[in-house]
Amino acid sequence: MKIHKYDTVIVGAGGAGMRAAIESTKRSRTAVLTKLYPTRSHTGAAQGGMAAALANVEEDNWEWHTFDTVKGGDYLVDQDAAEILAKEAIDAVLDLEKMGLPFNRTPNGTIDQRRFGGHSRNHGEAPVRRSCYAADRTGHMILQTLYQNCVKEGVEFFNEFYVLDQLITEVDGVRKSAGVVAYELATGELHIFQAKAVVYASGGTGKFFKVTSNAHTLTGDGQAACYRRGLPLEDMEFFQFHPTGIWRMGILLTEGARGEGGILRNKDGERFMEKYAPVMKDLASRDVVSRSIYTEIREGRGCGPEGDHVFLDLTHLPPEQLDAKLPDITEFARTYLGIEPYTDPIPIQPTAHYAMGGIPTNVEGEVLADNTTVVPGLYAAGEVACVSVHGANRLGTNSLLDINVFGRRAGIAAAEYAAKSDYVELPEDPEALVAEQVERLRTSTGNERVADIRRELQETMDANVMVFRTEQTIKTAVEKIGELRARYKNVGIQDKGKRFNTDLLEAVELGNLLDLAEVMAVSALARKESRGGHYREDYPNRDDVNFMRHTMAYREVGDDGAETVRLDYKPVVQTRYQPMERKY
Amino acid sequence: MATPTLEKAEATSTASPYITATFRIRRFNPEVGEHAVWEDFKVEIDPKERVLDALHKIKWDQDGSLTFRRSCAHGICGSDAMRINGKNRLACKTLIKDINPEKPITVEPIKGLTVLKDLVVDMEPFFQAYRDVMPFLVTSGNEPTRERLQSAEDRERFDDTTKCILCAACTSSCPVFWNDGQYFGPAAIVNAHRFIFDSRDEAGEQRLEILNDKDGVWRCRTTFNCTDACPRGIEVTKAIQEVKRALITRRY
Repeated sequence: MKIHKYDTVIVGAGGAGMRAAIESTKRSRTAVLTKLYPTRSHTGAAQGGMAAALANVEEDNWEWHTFDTVKGGDYLVDQDAAEILAKEAIDAVLDLEKMGLPFNRTPNGTIDQRRFGGHSRNHGEAPVRRSCYAADRTGHMILQTLYQNCVKEGVEFFNEFYVLDQLITEVDGVRKSAGVVAYELATGELHIFQAKAVVYASGGTGKFFKVTSNAHTLTGDGQAACYRRGLPLEDMEFFQFHPTGIWRMGILLTEGARGEGGILRNKDGERFMEKYAPVMKDLASRDVVSRSIYTEIREGRGCGPEGDHVFLDLTHLPPEQLDAKLPDITEFARTYLGIEPYTDPIPIQPTAHYAMGGIPTNVEGEVLADNTTVVPGLYAAGEVACVSVHGANRLGTNSLLDINVFGRRAGIAAAEYAAKSDYVELPEDPEALVAEQVERLRTSTGNERVADIRRELQETMDANVMVFRTEQTIKTAVEKIGELRARYKNVGIQDKGKRFNTDLLEAVELGNLLDLAEVMAVSALARKESRGGHYREDYPNRDDVNFMRHTMAYREVGDDGAETVRLDYKPVVQTRYQPMERKY
Repeated sequence: MATPTLEKAEATSTASPYITATFRIRRFNPEVGEHAVWEDFKVEIDPKERVLDALHKIKWDQDGSLTFRRSCAHGICGSDAMRINGKNRLACKTLIKDINPEKPITVEPIKGLTVLKDLVVDMEPFFQAYRDVMPFLVTSGNEPTRERLQSAEDRERFDDTTKCILCAACTSSCPVFWNDGQYFGPAAIVNAHRFIFDSRDEAGEQRLEILNDKDGVWRCRTTFNCTDACPRGIEVTKAIQEVKRALITRRY
């Protein structure tokens, strides 16, 4: 075991982690621990753009953007945070341009902008062009640009280091972050990183679903590490289902396709979104569009022999426009479906896409131990975190924005905290928990297989806690997850080696997914209302009297060692917008 | 009623699309043996699935010790470049039906980089070459308050090379790189090109000097392997030629 000492440790090297690293490296001795090479992070899969009211192509302002974000989140958004997001968006985009990001340009050379779901002019009047983009690979360009600037700043990376535990030490009755424990993939060695400040930027948890746009590696490692150390997770029941995933595969086809004029059609060729969202139509918010698609399918208007999908129609758009603005997604259709989007519509279905919930933070990125108390030295940003700027449903293009605005904020805050703080003493045997976990998995003679448990987990999540939920389906999921958690105790792996043991890490990741799936299902069961991405058929309306509040889930361990999820609630911060009925 | 899922579709479809394909995989694990060996696996698979799906089926259902890198599974993250039937490709962008599953499908690690275990190679020399070409925008003077202006034509000039995902398929297909690991390799040159031809950048001369080195662009023998290998469709050889031309004319 090796012990390293840094001022600041950043966990994860996607957009939020690298944006944080660029700031913290200038201010403190920083290490970035990442389970993947930085440019492999899933920020690179984001396509459509990054919202900012630059007003380069039509009138716009950050106040409208704030309103759209709050409304898009079905009023569960903390409005102080949304204001910061929208206000700082403009500089966040300009900063990226100055770092070298090759945005598409207008005829007069400024950054071009296009329409995106839920973004409107003057509080919902009509769609507005707010998304700054680089063809349909904006996330790729952001990831590359941030990595390029990390190279320029000399950021120190530890590639293929998996953080498996968060170290916390109680000092004078206050629980403080002391560092993290990491597993080095190449050697199987454990490393302790003692750090004055730790920033989690380790991404989402979409792999507990089967049909998902998420990478295989999005297994909620950061959320699980914090949760197991008694820290809460906020609003985990809110998960976004992106309307247009490639049928059966879940590969993302950007909302920018509809921003460019693409239309959703049912088996009769009908533009069905006109019925559900008369003003915004195909550009309504994602939760609304995903429910509309499944309503069409359930009422027998789905396409194909099984009637289990609908079409994304781009055939009326000029091929030159598709080549210039949507080159990657049209190539996906050709590669994976053998379909030519110039002439044929693309079969799509909603795909599990984004966790609105996560590790609760304030607007400086400081992690909360309860509704108000911060954990000194602990920060989070990006999809792993819940600020909450996305509330019950995130608007498209607000996540690339989130990682830049709050990644930067967390990086600065962590480095400044590190500069004025001392190291917190490491707990006794800091590696004990991870060493025991790794050894138990490596030497287990159990006969349960990781792949089987994961498959069953994904199937139950798709069937029971996806776009439509009821008390009965959620209870089915909770029961099934409980059964799988019991079976997981008896899981065995085949690779007993130390070197590049990805068999072992998949088992660790499955443990994280099981913990987080349980939190999600238990949180969803208790929320007896429909709001944003959480739709309960047995409670189809939003209930502001009882549920205008964030869920806070804690892990409880009983005297008998039994683990349960305890739920508490936190008020929503409202500044200028009163909740209204949500129509698009 | 629960959300509709795929079960129903699978249950009612008639003729099985599945075939049995043989994957002949180059295995190496220094914890087990000194030498690499070929190992065959038979996999039941729909030919419309990806080679990555087959590798997962092997790892998840047959041999958990089979080791490879992967993440996004749709050709964006660049983790799973490997040699499939002798050609560098991404396993997640290669469909079984496109590589003749009638015969055994060979899968090997990419060449020219040290194999660490099975299909996993040491990427460090590859990324070092990338870092050595100054892959970041360099400007001087005061920063403008708003964005730097760039015409759509100037933006288009380097569009092709911005697509690079650093998967190393090009560099590890290059015979010059196989014989001389000191050669920068196509990927590093592509990323230098991305900045040399960016109208906002001011360090083109420095990058050209770096690539004027004995291990720089002049080592390229124009075999086009890199262009064939690129999963993003970048015209890699053309980009290298443009850098060579810029070195001669000092115009870019």
